[in-house]
Formats: sequence, C-alpha cells, structure tokens
Amino acid sequence: MQTKDELITALKTIVKPYVQDEQAFEHVTEATDFIRDLKINSANLVDIALDVEEAYDIEIDNESMEKMLTVGTAIDIIQEKLAAK
Amino acid sequence: MRNRVVVTGLGVVSPNGVGVPAFLEAIETGKSGITFHQELADLKFACQVGGIPPVTEAHKQQYFTDLQLRGLNSSGIIYGVMAGMEAWHNAGLPTATDEPDWDSGIIFGTGMLSVDKFRESIYKVDEGQVRRLGSTVVLQIMTSGVSAYLTGMTGCGNQISANSSACATGTEALLLAYERIASGSAKRMLAGSCSDHGPYIWGGFDAMRVLPYQYNEDPERASRPLSASASGFVPGSGAGALVLESLESAQERKATIYAEVLGGHMNSGGQRAGGTMTAPNPVAVRKCIETALVQAGVRADEVDVIDGHLTATIKDPAEVTAWCEALQRQGGDFPYVNSLKSMVGHCLSAAGSIECVASVLELYNGFIYPSINSEDSHPDISAQIDVSRIPQQSIRKEITIIAKANFGFGDVNACILLKKFLA
Repeated sequence: MQTKDELITALKTIVKPYVQDEQAFEHVTEATDFIRDLKINSANLVDIALDVEEAYDIEIDNESMEKMLTVGTAIDIIQEKLAAK
Repeated sequence: MRNRVVVTGLGVVSPNGVGVPAFLEAIETGKSGITFHQELADLKFACQVGGIPPVTEAHKQQYFTDLQLRGLNSSGIIYGVMAGMEAWHNAGLPTATDEPDWDSGIIFGTGMLSVDKFRESIYKVDEGQVRRLGSTVVLQIMTSGVSAYLTGMTGCGNQISANSSACATGTEALLLAYERIASGSAKRMLAGSCSDHGPYIWGGFDAMRVLPYQYNEDPERASRPLSASASGFVPGSGAGALVLESLESAQERKATIYAEVLGGHMNSGGQRAGGTMTAPNPVAVRKCIETALVQAGVRADEVDVIDGHLTATIKDPAEVTAWCEALQRQGGDFPYVNSLKSMVGHCLSAAGSIECVASVLELYNGFIYPSINSEDSHPDISAQIDVSRIPQQSIRKEITIIAKANFGFGDVNACILLKKFLA
C-alpha cells in the first residue's frame, strides 16, 4: 500500500484539474480544504470522488463522500476503503 | 419613449467559416460548407452530406479552460460559446470582475442541446451507473446551457434565458433581445442561438425524407434553395451571436455600429388553414411580414433585400408567394432575394442567428451574397419574380434595408427588419 506522502502526491494529481487557486495548490497539506483553500467548485467534488474511485478501484459511498472535504479526510477514506478490499 | 437598438458585436461559427472574418470572406465568394460525412453513410442515412463548422482543438482551447473541456461532449455548447464570446469581444465589452454587469443580459436559444452528452448519459443510466454521471451532465443538457456558460464568462447580470421555437429560434432570440432594450429593461443583450450537429439531431429529418439523397457524391451542390432541382434541405449546425445595444449606450462607448434593428414580429398560423406541425399557414407568414414592416416603420418599397428562410424544399415557391403578397411587389420590382442555406445548409435552431449575422454583414459591408445552386430557378418562382433578383454572384452594392425571416416547425414565424446605420 502507498505511504501517506505517496497518497497525497497521487491525490494532488487527481485534484489538479479542478483547482482554481494554483498558489494554495503549491502548499497542500492534510489540512487543505478542497473548497475553501483550493477554491474547487463544490459540484466538482463529485467528479473528484469518481476519479479517486477509478484510480484505486474502490467505491466511495455517499456517507464517505460527505466527509471528503479536505486532503486529510480524503486520504483517510482511501486508506480505509483499500484496507477493506 | 422607446430606445433605438443597434448591433455592436458579431460572432459566428458556421459550416463555411469559423469566426466573422472567415465567414465574411466565405459568403462574399459563395463558398459552400457542405461536405460528405462517412459517419452518416455508415449509419445508412439517405442524406450523407451536412454542414459542420471546421472547429479545431485550438479554437476550443481559446474559448474554454481545461476544466471546462473535461467531460464536455456537446457541439452545440462549443459553437454557442465561441460565437457568443466572439460577439462580446467584438463589441469591445469587458468581462465583469466582481460586480455583475446589471445592464447586460443574454438570450441564447437552441432546439435541443448536447444530444451527444445525453446519449452518453442514457447509456450510463441504463447500465445502472447513474452515480458515475459526474457533475457535468445537467449543465450541458439543460436548454439554457449556453446562456449559463456565457454568463459565467461575461459576468452579465440582466435577464439570462434561452428561447426555443424550432428553426425560428435565432431570429426570435434577436427580437426578444431587441424588445428588452427598446423597452428600457436592459442596455445590452447578447442574442444568438446554436444547433448541435450529427446523426442524432439529423436522423429524424432523414426519416421524414425531407433531406436530399441525390448529392452524396456532390455535396457542394446539395443545398439548392429557389432551384427547380431542390429536393430537400441539407442539415447544418453551428451558432451565430449578436450584441444588441441601445443607441445611447453604443454612442457613449464609441462602439462600432454594424446596423440598426428597426423591429419585427413573431406569430403562428395556429396550424390552421394549410398550416400543420411541419408546414406554415401561408396567411400567417404573410401577416408576420406585414406586421413586421408596420412595427419597424418600414414601407414595402423600401426593402432592398430579402434574406429568406428558403430551405430548398417544395415550400420555397410558397415562401416567395408570401413575400410577393406581403410586399405587394413582384417581377422586376421584387427585392433581391437570397438564401444563406445554399452555402451552409439548414442550421436548424442556429439558422436564424447565423443568417442574421450574414444580413448585418451585407448592410455593413455593402454587398449581397449569392444564392448559390439556384441557376435553374424553380418555374413557380420565376413565374412570380424576375430571376435577375436572385444573385448568382456576389453583388457589390450599398443597401439600406434587409428583411430577414425564419419559419419553424409547429407553424411559427419570425421576421426582423435591419437597416444600415447612418450616423
């Protein structure tokens, strides 16, 4: 399984096309909020979830998606789903 | 006191030219944009020719961000946004920063939008994959999709809407925008319309057998309005857009004024007295033109050119009859008459706006574009008007007033009067 740092790097690649604040994107941490910090359109969170599903061959249910608002929570969810596979 | 309304911006994505400079050159020289499409042949269409604007990846990159292009599967939105933004920039208008431009609105019509995206979605839904549709479906398939995209790009904050009246859509959009400015509810309106291309839009017409099947090996000759050998309309696609503006606002901004909109009229034949779902009530067509002249304050003898609807079906002679009756002019006294469809086909819901852009270009540049493929004029037409009134080549000539009309399924009509602007 990927380390946390590797997961963050992979997640950044997935999120990049939706980012509207390039400067904040340079300094992504686990606390980075997709909407507040990266200025991602809230409707695009659905697309990010789909892209994550495809990249990791997992399914992100509605409940998990609602929590997937920061880089940190996204990583937690990916790890949790991968562990359950 | 009603405001005078002028045209200050033009944009077009047409089968024979993308962008106003290319389109102007094409219509001056009578260049056809009709080509053969292998996809239609593979799908066993009787008519395998059509008009598709030559839009490149570079064009898309110019008007859309990478994010906007992600999952974008809609020729109509691409055409509409390109034409709309070209017109907006052409008018010299800024894109609003934080504050919306409360005085500028958008009316951008279509017949049906993003049929390819719809198809993609239907497959996913039927496979039980609704959750994998993502966020882009609704924004693309809603009828107001183009006006919504354009709002975000321009920051317009007045009325934002999309109209739909089949093949009269584009001309109707212009008249609705004209009315909004004339009445003082807006200073500027971006008005236009678009149509997707492809087998899912065109198939229904092929099935109705109203498209020509004899010209698959000779596509440029396929679209033949006013001709004895016309055998149906060639399907087209694209978008046209015009910035309409109060004369006062245009003069304050020192904007280039391309033409004045004098007014017009819209009506329906109620599918009575010869009118049906697919054929116009001839009385309604005549009344639409007559009322448009009255609304615009134009005498019938002042009309220099008719840019007709003229699709190249059996209805062309009836349209000429309606013009003759409405204007009380015939023979050598009939105005010049042409059909842009001879070069680009019938661009359906985009027809009115692309053709209105062409009309404005004629007024501003002083020429009458040729109605190609009409060398063998229809006998029922040459019995009513002198064939010299149908230009075979471009005619260089200062013209003052153009009457432009479009008619649509459902028995709906729209006619607009445009005038060369004299400061």
